[in-house]
Amino acid sequence: MEDTRSDGVEVDGLELFRSMLRIRLLEEAIANRYPEQEMRCPVHLSIGQEAAAVGACAALTSEDVIVSNHRSHSHYLAKGGNLDAMLGEIYGRATGCCGGRGGSMHLFDRSVGILASVPIVGSTIPLAVGAALTFRQRGQGHVSLAFLGDGATEEGVFHESLNFASLHKLPAIFFVENNLYSVYTPLHDRQPDRSLTDYALAHSMPSDHVDGNDVELVMHATQKSVDKARAGEGPSLMVVDTYRWREHCGPNFDNDIGYRSVEEYEKWRRDCPIESFQSRLTDRGILDSTLEEKLRAEIEAEIEASFEAAQSAPFPEPETARLRVYA
Amino acid sequence: MPENNERSGAQGIQEALDLALERDPSVFLIGEGVADPKGIFGTTTGLIDKYGSERVIETPVAENGLTGIAIGAALLGQRPVVIHQRVEFALLAMEQIVNNAAKTHYVSDGAHTMPLVIRLVVGRGWGQGPMHSQSLETLFSYIPGLKVVMPATAEDCKGMLLSAIEDNNPVVFLEHRWVHYVKANIPLGYLKTPIDGPKRLWQGDAVTVVSSSYMSLEALHAAKVLSAEGCDVDLFDLRVVRPLNLEDIVSSVKRTGRLLVVDTGWKTMGPGAEIVAQVVEHCFDSLKRPPQRLGLPDHPTPSSRSLASAFYPRAEHIALALGDLAEISSAAVGRAAEQLSAERQAHPIDVPHPTFQGPF
Repeated sequence: MEDTRSDGVEVDGLELFRSMLRIRLLEEAIANRYPEQEMRCPVHLSIGQEAAAVGACAALTSEDVIVSNHRSHSHYLAKGGNLDAMLGEIYGRATGCCGGRGGSMHLFDRSVGILASVPIVGSTIPLAVGAALTFRQRGQGHVSLAFLGDGATEEGVFHESLNFASLHKLPAIFFVENNLYSVYTPLHDRQPDRSLTDYALAHSMPSDHVDGNDVELVMHATQKSVDKARAGEGPSLMVVDTYRWREHCGPNFDNDIGYRSVEEYEKWRRDCPIESFQSRLTDRGILDSTLEEKLRAEIEAEIEASFEAAQSAPFPEPETARLRVYA
Repeated sequence: MPENNERSGAQGIQEALDLALERDPSVFLIGEGVADPKGIFGTTTGLIDKYGSERVIETPVAENGLTGIAIGAALLGQRPVVIHQRVEFALLAMEQIVNNAAKTHYVSDGAHTMPLVIRLVVGRGWGQGPMHSQSLETLFSYIPGLKVVMPATAEDCKGMLLSAIEDNNPVVFLEHRWVHYVKANIPLGYLKTPIDGPKRLWQGDAVTVVSSSYMSLEALHAAKVLSAEGCDVDLFDLRVVRPLNLEDIVSSVKRTGRLLVVDTGWKTMGPGAEIVAQVVEHCFDSLKRPPQRLGLPDHPTPSSRSLASAFYPRAEHIALALGDLAEISSAAVGRAAEQLSAERQAHPIDVPHPTFQGPF
């Protein structure tokens, strides 16, 4: 059974599932191998947040662009970024998407519209607005989508970007993954009691707020925003609720250090975006354990091959570090 | 009679923007005031009428945001020209400039280019005070990946801006407010002056002098008056603070054995300090005298013309420093400095000296 997007494109539910599972299995593989100390750069794993990335990117074409942040793995893979180039980058190899110059926090892939990921909170939001401005100036019908976290809504540049995009009715979508924490500081210690969608009122644009762990809800809500953007109706703010299962930075769980409760974690853990969607697809009769195992095996083989490729790839030559400072 | 194409630095900039907008549809202007009636000191006047609000984009007061928006556009191959009426406004955008603009080409291993120009105006005079008159070239030239240009002449205002717009790197274009008034017979039409390094403004063997922006005009004036006293200096207008190309300057110091650097901003940690360091590294054995430096003293710019009177080094101070370095009689230096001082005292200290407006 296929699901139809509002623009008539049919989306394969199995493909959404496969995409989320692929992100999960890759992130778990990174976590498992991280103690080998061969991935020598910080990693911000997106385990638990897969539905947000996959749902949002399912509403985009390869010519639409996204920008991302420090927690970019899920966005990169969901938008179609090259897996070998991603792992090559995390392993610091010449085959990496940045040739080993960026590490995990700078994933990009021009060929599929992943414009930039950078680890300064809020920094890429105006880049998405600039991309939307360019699409407008060139008369192209593409849209840009900025992935950002709840913390980024506290940055001045978030508001500068929304204001400008709204003023010019640019085809931009500001996609907030609210995972409740900025590193270890909860949202309620950082912002007054209000909905994050209220920011849209201030900047005179529509907003939507959906369960970020329901990939289909996210996809359909994003599609509505994309439709508005393509129709020249301007930007939208989307807020989706989700949860980072593991520590802010690194491969471990950190529910023991005292900034959040085990009960809270368990509640979100039970709301696993992949398990719940698997049940739904099973109920619809399009996924069973045999197919799930087949998918899983295919993905695991792909990931294993990609790890092998990354680890056997050459390092960039040290003397090349001084090159390409200027174009 | 010579052909009179005399126009100011500000007019040169306006012409450059007009020509760039006309020639390349990917060029656009963005900034606070680009479309307003004053048109950024006349440098964007008329362009909104000619090119419309899609390409001459008036903005909200959001320096960091608009800089990031321009960077996003440049990532897709547009050629934005960001304009801030004061250098200090760009301090709100340093995150975008230092991180995204400067590093995108490098981090992407060359996949991305950053064809971005950031025009920043350095204020001076009429009591601009501590936050409207800083020459902050050091902040930008510290960052690998940025190019930093400081034109001193009206021709360079036009020619180097056109080159900056064609450049595939982020170029910080620092315009001294008083260079906007400087006049020259600027060539008509498309004029591309390479962003490749210093330009010799006066030739001689007495002392090598390196100055930039408005201070190059003060230095040139001092050089002319000293020449009349039989002392010819080798004067270079630095023009490009990053990437720093000191080849001609090192050759010159090997010949003269003497070096004076004149900064537009603060002396401490200024580009002059880097120039002295590199010259000493490359031609220590040629030096006959310790290099000398002029620049602003270590305090903010005061507003009152009384407090500001001793703040900016002037041509007379440059002449005195050169007299100290060069083999020239103290009487000759005294005459030169006295003449320069008398000329300057005939005019208020807080407005540009009419003698320095050219054409040169």
